[in-house]
Amino acid sequence: MLLAILGGALIGLSASLYWSLEGRIAGISSILHGAISSDGRERWARVSFLLGLFASGFGFALFTNRVPAPTLPLFPLALAGLLVGFGTRMSGGCTSGHGVCGLSRLSLRSLVAVLTFMVTAAITVFVVRHVLKLWVQA
Amino acid sequence: MKALLTALGCGLLFGVGLCISGMTHPANIIAFLDVAGAWSPNLAGVMFGAIAVHASWLRWTARRDAATAKNSLQPASGKRIDGALVGGAALFGIGWGVSGYCPGPAIVALGSGALGAIVFVVAMAAGMLLSERAHVGPSPLVSTRSAP
Repeated sequence: MLLAILGGALIGLSASLYWSLEGRIAGISSILHGAISSDGRERWARVSFLLGLFASGFGFALFTNRVPAPTLPLFPLALAGLLVGFGTRMSGGCTSGHGVCGLSRLSLRSLVAVLTFMVTAAITVFVVRHVLKLWVQA
Repeated sequence: MKALLTALGCGLLFGVGLCISGMTHPANIIAFLDVAGAWSPNLAGVMFGAIAVHASWLRWTARRDAATAKNSLQPASGKRIDGALVGGAALFGIGWGVSGYCPGPAIVALGSGALGAIVFVVAMAAGMLLSERAHVGPSPLVSTRSAP
């Protein structure tokens, strides 16, 4: 739990620095969308952020000498990816944009979004795990 | 160049936070969402740590900037709570619950060589383009100096 809070604090620090130095919201779904559909400087700023994320994962895997175990069959993963991409653009944010940044700003929109996705995610896990008993995450 | 390095550094810091808190492993996300199983509070701890730091920072800088008449903290954007916000969040939640991946951890997991993350991230990008094509989102981009 201590590591969770410490990791969270680093995420909060990153969001704070990105806001104060660049005037941008550290919402990963918005950054990814910007990297895909904007161009020029706008695109490269977002690609840089994503490269940082990617590099942290790469470094961590090297450092801990551990590659994450495969989780799900590819079809549900692809379907989930589509839903996450479509849904986060439709609602304008994800766990970082609405969750970390929006809640920190006391945004009512973000609170509604966070409560909504927490509830549908919990229902989904319940249905997949306990009703359909489809697969169990590694 | 400085802007690119800042973005790179912020992305790196964000990703290290996700890694050490264990949020890049879908199993840890599912453990939080599975209220009927062996529930784990860790995701709440991550959110608590992140919001505590970021909210404090925003308040501190807003107070500092107010003194120089440059207030950067807008409490909430003027956008409404509508069907797109709730419907989009609901769809996102379903995908999150199925996979245990949200956008940030998926990209970090991509870097650490999780094969499933490749499929997930490509599909996620496709979903974003579909959403843009369908004109259901709030705007093509969240512009600078505006809250989500």
